This record gives sequence, C-alpha cells and structure tokens, in this order.
Amino acid sequence: MKWFRQVLAVTNMNLLSITQRFGSSLVVIIGIAGSVAVMVSLLAMASGLQSTVEGTGEADRAMILRSGSSSELSSVISIEEANVMANAPGLRQLNNEPMIAFEVYTVVDLKKKGADDTSNLPLRGVDAMSFAVRPETKIIKGRNFEPGRAEIIVGRGAYDQYEGVELGNKVTFRNAAWTVVGVFSTDGDVHESEVWADVKVAQSAFQRGASTSNAIARLESVSSFDEFAIFIENDPRLEVKVENELDFYKNQASGVSGIINSFGYLVAIIMAIGSIFAALNSMYSAVSTRLVEIGTLRAVGFRGSSILAALMMESMVLALSGGLLGAGLAYVVFNGYTVSTLAGGTFSQTSFDFAVTGEIIMQGLILALIVGFIGGFLPALNAARQNITDALRSL
Amino acid sequence: MSEILVDVKNLSKEYKRGGETLIVLDDLNLEIPKQDFLALMGPSGSGKSTLLNLIGGLDTPSSGSVSINGERIDQMNSKQLSNWRAGNVGFIFQFYNLLPVLTAQKNIELPLLLTNLSSSERKKHVETALSIVGLSDRSGHKPSELSGGQQQRVAIARALVSDPDILVCDEPTGDLDRNTATDILNLLKSLNEDHGKTILMVTHDPAAADSAKRSLHLDKGKLTT
Ligand SMILES: Nc1ncnc2c1ncn2[C@@H]1O[C@H](COP(=O)(O)OP(=O)(O)O)[C@@H](O)[C@H]1O
Ligand SMILES: [Mg+2]
Repeated sequence: MKWFRQVLAVTNMNLLSITQRFGSSLVVIIGIAGSVAVMVSLLAMASGLQSTVEGTGEADRAMILRSGSSSELSSVISIEEANVMANAPGLRQLNNEPMIAFEVYTVVDLKKKGADDTSNLPLRGVDAMSFAVRPETKIIKGRNFEPGRAEIIVGRGAYDQYEGVELGNKVTFRNAAWTVVGVFSTDGDVHESEVWADVKVAQSAFQRGASTSNAIARLESVSSFDEFAIFIENDPRLEVKVENELDFYKNQASGVSGIINSFGYLVAIIMAIGSIFAALNSMYSAVSTRLVEIGTLRAVGFRGSSILAALMMESMVLALSGGLLGAGLAYVVFNGYTVSTLAGGTFSQTSFDFAVTGEIIMQGLILALIVGFIGGFLPALNAARQNITDALRSL
Repeated sequence: MSEILVDVKNLSKEYKRGGETLIVLDDLNLEIPKQDFLALMGPSGSGKSTLLNLIGGLDTPSSGSVSINGERIDQMNSKQLSNWRAGNVGFIFQFYNLLPVLTAQKNIELPLLLTNLSSSERKKHVETALSIVGLSDRSGHKPSELSGGQQQRVAIARALVSDPDILVCDEPTGDLDRNTATDILNLLKSLNEDHGKTILMVTHDPAAADSAKRSLHLDKGKLTT
C-alpha cells in the first residue's frame, strides 16, 4: 500500500512535469500515434476485405471451375460438360430442373467517380437459375434485365462507385452498348461489386460461343457436397474441380487480406522501432533533467523501485496517449471508409468497407504499450539505480 | 554529557578513480550527543558533504561504522536505508531541492506519503510544519513563486514534517543573502533549542558556525576542533 502510494505520488509528479518537457513528450506521442494509426488502418483494411469476401457464399452451394483455374476469369466450361453436370447427384431440384447455373465471367471497364482512368469490374452473365441458386439477390432499384436484350443490372457497390451507371444510361463494353435497367443487392457480398447481364447475350457479346466460365450449384443439403463432388471430379468427361462456395471465397480473401495483414504488421513494427528510439530519447532526457529531483526523493526515503515504477508509468501513459490518438485517428478517418482493391486471383475490383474493430484497436494499443515499456525501461532503471549522492551532486 | 545520538567509529571513505585512490575520510571518529547543534567546517573538497551523507544514510562507508540511536546504518541494505531515512533524518540542501511542479504543501507532504498516516492526518502535520517555519500563508505556492529564503523554509518544513531526531544541513545558507541567512540560522537554532532537534550543519561561513553550539573542522580526512 505504502509502496503504491509512493509510486502514485511520483507518477503524478512526473505527469505534472510533462508539460515542462512538452516538445520531447509530443515527439513520442506523435511517433507512437503514427505507428498505431498505420497499423490499425492496414489491419482494418484487411479485416474489412476479409469480412466482405468471406461473407460471400453458402455452405450448401458449390462452385465448379475448370481444373487448374484459380479464378473464375480463367475458367472455361463447355456445353457438353454442362450437360453432364446437370445430371449429377446431390443437386437440389426446382420444378424438376437441377439447380445449377452456368455463368459467364469477364471483366469490363468503367470509370470510377472522380477518376481519370477506367478500372476493371467483373461482368457476370447469369440466367434465371442464377437468381434461384442465390435467393439473397434482390433488385433494389429499377428492374431485372430481360433475357435476350443488351441490358445490365449493377451491384449496389458498383452503382455507388462508378460513373454513368444511372438507370436508363447506356454503357459501352467491347464496342457494344448496354442499357442499365436496375440495381441489385446480395446482402453485402462480393457480387455487389459486379455487373450482371443475360448469359446468352454475354456469350455472344464476348464471343464465348456456347461455353461458359463456371457453374454455381445449389445442393440438396450441406451433406450432399461429397456425393456431388465425387461424381463431378471422377467423371472422365469432365475437366473440372468442385469447391464449396464458402471455401472458394475464403481462399480468395485470405491471400489478399493475409498480405495486407503482414504488410500492416511489418510497417507498424518498423515504425514502432523508430518510436522506441524516440521514447528512449525522451525518457533519457526526462530522467537526466530530473536527476536532482530523483536524488531528493530518494534522500527523503522513496525507494528506487517506486522511482522505477513511476518512470515506467510515465512512459506508458505517454505511449498510451499516442496509441489512443493513433487508433482514434484511424477510426475517425477510415472506419466505414469504402474502397476497392484488386481481389485475389482476379483483376476485378471488390469494394468493401474498412472495419476498425475493437480487436484491432486493442492490438494498436498493445503495440503502443510495448513501445512505451521498451522505451521507458532502460532510462527508468538507470535512474532508479543511480547513486543518490551522485544524483544530488548533478546540479 | 547527555546520550550519544550519532556515533561514528574509524570511518573511512575512499573513491577509486582511474587506478588512483582518493582518501576523503581517513579513520575518523565523531560522537554527536542528542540535541547538539554541530557546525562542520573546512575547505572546499575536504569531505564535509561526504561525511554528512554517510551520517544521513545516503552513502555507505569504505570501512568503519556509523551508528545512529544505536542502529548500525552502515550495515543496512539500500531498501532498509530508504526506510530508515524516511523516519529518522531530515535533509536540508544548499539549493533547497524542492520539486518544482508541487506546491509548498505537497512538497512538505512528500515524506509523509511513506508513512501510514491518513490524508487528513498528513494535512495536519503539514500545517504544523508550515507554522513552525512561519509560512502558513504560502502553502499553495509553487517554489518558483517563493523567494530563496521562503523556499529554504519550505525545505526545512519538509525535513521536519516526519519528526526525525536529526537534521542534516549541507550549506543551508550558502545561497542566501546575509539577512535571510540569519533568519534561517535563527530558525535552525529554535528547532534545536525549542523542538529538541539534533542538527549537523556543514558551512564554510564562520558567522553561520557561530549559531551552532560547537564547531569542528575537517581537513585532510581528519576532524579537528
Ligand atoms: N562520487 C565521487 N567520486 C569520486 N570522487 C568524489 C565523489 N564524491 C566526492 N568526491 C570527491 O571527494 C572529495 C570530497 O567531496 P565533498 O565531500 O563534496 O567535499 P566538500 O563538501 O567538503 O566540499 C572531493 O575531492 C570530491 O571530488
Ligand atoms: Mg559540499
């Protein structure tokens, strides 16, 4: 108790005197705030991307791609293969039709609002079964395209981000004009960053003949997956692979968000090392200007350990203020901030929101405290061990 | 002679620096009875502060013993010494050594934070100490808002507040003008005579030494009268 009171008294004194060392304290706070802000923003970006992409898919749906294709863009499925797959076991039936949709997937160019150049976004050719397989799809503005016509509907995310996709507008993809007739939502998953058109029209517009890119199937149940996958992957007429839809998107996300995550940690660590030196420097100077005060406290009877603890507290308080400042800044600036990035495995842009979660803020604050601890420890130990008579003489 | 408070026997202190040994105190003996007011004089660098620091438990001897009230403080470890200083000795320095961010009241309260006193008890003790040094009306002032003499009074109040038996003063008037110095010396004198404090004071001012009951000279590591 008494020891604790000593620590509190000295800490209080140290904190009061921070204002006298405002410059060097500010350097520490800003340095730490910078590292934490960068780390929190990058992790928030990774987590936002991950939660958007991982939120795509259902356990009872399967994606079928050409063997060896890592993305829908490079996948091709012929009409013969499609016919074989339609008879696979385990497929859910809708009015005696198998629930499997063969879709065309390609990229088209549009200009983002405020951008000078165009960027890629995915165009998916779909049919009525695509909507049945994905019941979460809703037309939220305008109407659906009519089969056989050069009409598109735009995902909600793409609608917000791109120019010229107002209802009734015409856009040109590969020299063909398409009319925007509606906006759709898919519960916030990656499809909201896509443009959808009738699969038949897409096949001819993009010279696909009768072939499609990939297939999406709705299974009788989650447990039908094995039966379905074994049939498809063992049939000699098929050169395709089957993946659970959830796994497919999770794998797509983990690559990119993993890279962003590692990058975030790496940059944060490099900046944190810089902040440690700033903290060390500031604490050394804080201690050296207070040697007489420390000697006086020791003469009065304060213990070395309470001096050590109080100086550590000071360093941690500085660090924590920096951490809170940085995390707060990242939160205010980036939380909910919508961006697009190149999604893993495709060149298409997936739009998602930064998610500054509580967990990420905690990580930022922990980083700050680690910096404060390392930066404060040596100077504090030095001060606490200082010979009292030498400290008193250092006037 | 009355009871011995400070008993220094065969005390030596040497500093080693770059292979050379500097003998500052050489087999020195000193007895200070209770309620003595002893002035320690001597040329600069003669080891006055060193001797004072050894008696105040800020430093440990190279050899010999220092007993205060029968306790061998030369045998205490650093933690024991901290606790001993908190309860038994008050320090008064040439440059007051007040903590600049704290008010007079908070500066004086510092030693009491090492006791079990409640905050209201601490406040009472601080008020008493302030009134003894005649600064009751300045309790809320920071050191920078006080004159040198007032700062030294605050420092004296801080040394007094935990009611130690012995006050050690290292050139307490060294930074003050003649009149203020006289006031401070009178205060020390009354602490000795009216409050029964044993005082050991280093000074090289003969006028200051006259306030003491007796003086000793330190030269070449030895004490002489
Ligand atoms: N930590 C130390 N290391 C080396 N020499 C010291 C140290 N402290 C004091 N001294 C030396 O001891 C001698 C006595 O110092 P001090 O007690 O301060 O003298 P005084 O107070 O009488 O002026 C001086 O020569 C001083 O340089
Ligand atoms: Mg001296």
